[in-house]
Amino acid sequence: MKSLGNIRRSFAPWTDPDAKPFITFRNVTKRFGDFTAVDDLTLDIYHREFFALLGASGCGKSTLLRMLAGFERPTSGEIILDGQDIAGIPPYRRPVNMMFQSYALFPHMTVESNIGFGLRQDGMPKAEIAERVAQMLKLVKLEQFAKRKPHQLSGGQRQRVALARSLAKRPKVLLLDEPLGALDKKLREETQFELMDLQQELGLTFVVVTHDQEEAMTMADRIAVMSHGKVIQVATPAEIYEAPNSRFVADFIGDVNILDGTVSASGNGKIELAARDGFTVRTVTGNGPATGSAAGFAIRPEKLKVTRAAPADASVNAAQGEIWDIGYLGDMTVFHVKLDSGKVVKASMLNAQREVEDPIAYDERVWVSFGETAGVVLKD
Amino acid sequence: MQTWSRFNIASVVLGFAFLYLPIVLLVVFSFNESKLVTVWAGFSTKWYASLFRNQGLIDAAWVTIRVALLAASVATVLGTMAALALTRYTRFRGRLLFSGMVYAPLVMPEVITGLSLLLLFVAIGFDRGFWTVTLAHITFSMCFVTVVVQSRLLSFDRSIEEAAMDLGATPVRTFFEVTLPVIAPAVLSGWMLALTLSLDDLVIASFTSGPGATTLPMKIYSQVRLGVTPEINAACTILIGLVAVGVLVASILTKRREVQRLRDEQAAFAGR
Amino acid sequence: MAKLGSAIFSRLVIIIPYAWLLFFFLIPFFIVFRISLSTTAIAQPPYEPVFALADGLSGLWAKLGELHFDNFVWLTEDALYINAYLSSLWIAAVSTILTLVIGYPIAYGMAQAPRSLRPTLLMLVILPFWTSFLIRVYAWIAILKPEGLLNQFLLGIGIIDSPLIIINTNWAIYIGIVYSYLPFMVLPIYSALEKMDHSLIEAAQDLGCPPITAFWKVTFPLSIPGVVAGCMLVFIPAVGEFVIPDLLGGSQTLMIGKTLWNEFNANRDWPVSAAVATILLLILVVPIVFFQNAQAKAEEQGR
Repeated sequence: MKSLGNIRRSFAPWTDPDAKPFITFRNVTKRFGDFTAVDDLTLDIYHREFFALLGASGCGKSTLLRMLAGFERPTSGEIILDGQDIAGIPPYRRPVNMMFQSYALFPHMTVESNIGFGLRQDGMPKAEIAERVAQMLKLVKLEQFAKRKPHQLSGGQRQRVALARSLAKRPKVLLLDEPLGALDKKLREETQFELMDLQQELGLTFVVVTHDQEEAMTMADRIAVMSHGKVIQVATPAEIYEAPNSRFVADFIGDVNILDGTVSASGNGKIELAARDGFTVRTVTGNGPATGSAAGFAIRPEKLKVTRAAPADASVNAAQGEIWDIGYLGDMTVFHVKLDSGKVVKASMLNAQREVEDPIAYDERVWVSFGETAGVVLKD
Repeated sequence: MQTWSRFNIASVVLGFAFLYLPIVLLVVFSFNESKLVTVWAGFSTKWYASLFRNQGLIDAAWVTIRVALLAASVATVLGTMAALALTRYTRFRGRLLFSGMVYAPLVMPEVITGLSLLLLFVAIGFDRGFWTVTLAHITFSMCFVTVVVQSRLLSFDRSIEEAAMDLGATPVRTFFEVTLPVIAPAVLSGWMLALTLSLDDLVIASFTSGPGATTLPMKIYSQVRLGVTPEINAACTILIGLVAVGVLVASILTKRREVQRLRDEQAAFAGR
Repeated sequence: MAKLGSAIFSRLVIIIPYAWLLFFFLIPFFIVFRISLSTTAIAQPPYEPVFALADGLSGLWAKLGELHFDNFVWLTEDALYINAYLSSLWIAAVSTILTLVIGYPIAYGMAQAPRSLRPTLLMLVILPFWTSFLIRVYAWIAILKPEGLLNQFLLGIGIIDSPLIIINTNWAIYIGIVYSYLPFMVLPIYSALEKMDHSLIEAAQDLGCPPITAFWKVTFPLSIPGVVAGCMLVFIPAVGEFVIPDLLGGSQTLMIGKTLWNEFNANRDWPVSAAVATILLLILVVPIVFFQNAQAKAEEQGR
């Protein structure tokens, strides 16, 4: 079987029917008054997984994380961690630690005492605390900042103190609430990879909440896309991008063109879709809607080809239109093509060469085409 | 950059002149040779000397200080508790009544508070004196502490308390190891406010105090009623001087901390 | 058990201050009300009936029968009291308006000041508050007397020929109240103005508003919460003010705080002074509730 995109490593316990989940949310609902933040949600997270909860603000992802940390109690349902129902356990007795979005460093304590705080709560002997703190400082490369107070640190240093503090107790699960949200773009990208390396090295389970899809795609083994308190799709980043299970996911992750139409033929693993926009889409992917039903076809801009000449078989997955807008982004160029049906589609092309002879210009008539594995049919 | 217009400067300067001129005049005339406080007759410190021979005033000052220290300390504990109750527990039975009882004393005319407390002490047969004044001062000044501490608690990042609990601290330990140290400056300024209110109070003390517990404001008041004397000016000048020194020291200390903080922050970014 | 400990802790945090305020703040009001229904007696305490636990329930009922509204009837029949209430409200209202008129430009000027200067200005407004209220009122006696400093100054520069009579008039009380309560007006207005986004004014001017119009249409409406808080903080205590009318107003001025004090200390008529206090409280209930609602709203917004 061909794989979708590039799988990072062979770690995939969710495909193994015998693997036992490490964390299980079973039919968890959380209401605040009339508002349902998490709605009858069921989800499994595996040991040593880097799991991302992705969604717009208010989708319930933070509430889910806070229920795992113990700051909120589910209205109904159960949360199982390592075989134990943890719903009734207060936060200070859970083998779970959290890195807060605001970092929540104690402003009146030095870096050292911040990191050692959790160990002191456990009554660990002083010498051992000192040793563990030193270890943690080394891990996050802040050895020379041990005696500083949080306000004497830069944003990136604070973030690392928060990380060291939440790792010091060697929790079974580390929860990260928008861990990179307060960093600038460059630092964020560096830190993403540092976090991934750290997770590999320590062999911990990480659950991260983020609204940044790039961050989720880069770091996570699997992503749960959430909306209105429900999980819409749980899958690897490549699956989410290449095989979204719904219009919501297709639209939420990355750029997409959606062509609406009716299924005209279906069978033998092939689907034909008569799109309203002039295309007749022939494709091999999709979850097989019945002939005659309405469906959409999602295709990413980079999978569309824009050419002056008609493709070899112009009757298949091709339509004519004219260039409406051109956006030059440096690494690629984005074309907005107005099809003859009036629909505007987005196509992006990599700028592989520095200079192009006779580039496609405004108002030119062009062909837009794609192969039969390039997109995915979505049931309405 | 917006400009500070002439009108704005004038209103601020005139406003401050209005606020400070009477105090300045009072201080100046405390050094007046003449007994008439409105006619300048040369510099003298004789009123200060006579002040220190006035045993009644010194006794009253001592009572006032003891009452104020005790009342401010208890009021700070109670007021901080009330602030926690109001900000942390948004739903409990009788919360509306509770918040009403916290805010009402802020604006309640002192004559009413004083009279009602006096009648309470009479009704329960509590002899008036040092302790009744102290109890009365605790009651009316704790509400001011509550307001000061409450405003700090509202701007407080609750996630640091959550972080403490997440790291294994029980709610009680979280309060003493994290919350209290962070709100300490507000608690301290609440204490200072309560102290000042108690030092300053005339009306409530007059109602609730008894023989042997005459406070300094009561003493000053009874002398002022007999006429303005430079001796009272001298007493007032000393009080103002004490406050001014206290404020100056406090502001220098915070300024120095601020400068240190700024330097640290610069160092942090340079060392990144 | 840590969990049990923390439950007790959170209970105590509520219960201790709650009980304290119930006992020392709320119950006293009921006692005031009850005594206002008693009659004067030459005894200690100087009123009857005196309730005691020893009376038992039947005794309590018998004594309840002795309570009556005579004191309140008497207050309404004696013009002295009605005039004192009305004049207190009038003096407080005039003083509040004067304080607003003087305090608003100061607050506005402070809010416009360079950012680096603002903490110092704020400090300077608060500073007089730390010095004794009594001292500050006392300082004005020497200024406002007929042979006082103000008259010396005005006579000296030739604006007036004969000394102005200010002390022992209502004007002296207005000056005293404005002076003493000015910080309470300036601070809430300043904090409302300081929070305001300056680009709102720029937007208004950009859309064609001259500065004066921009002030009345944008700045002032946005500062109204501060103005309301300031007015309440001045008006309510000013109605019951005792020290200022007593020291600056002389024997002619009628203010209810002073009347209550005299009734209590000079005439030793506790039931009547309790009745005076009860009515004063009833008059102030409306503005106090208004003030509390504003406070509660501010608390909500801060959350």
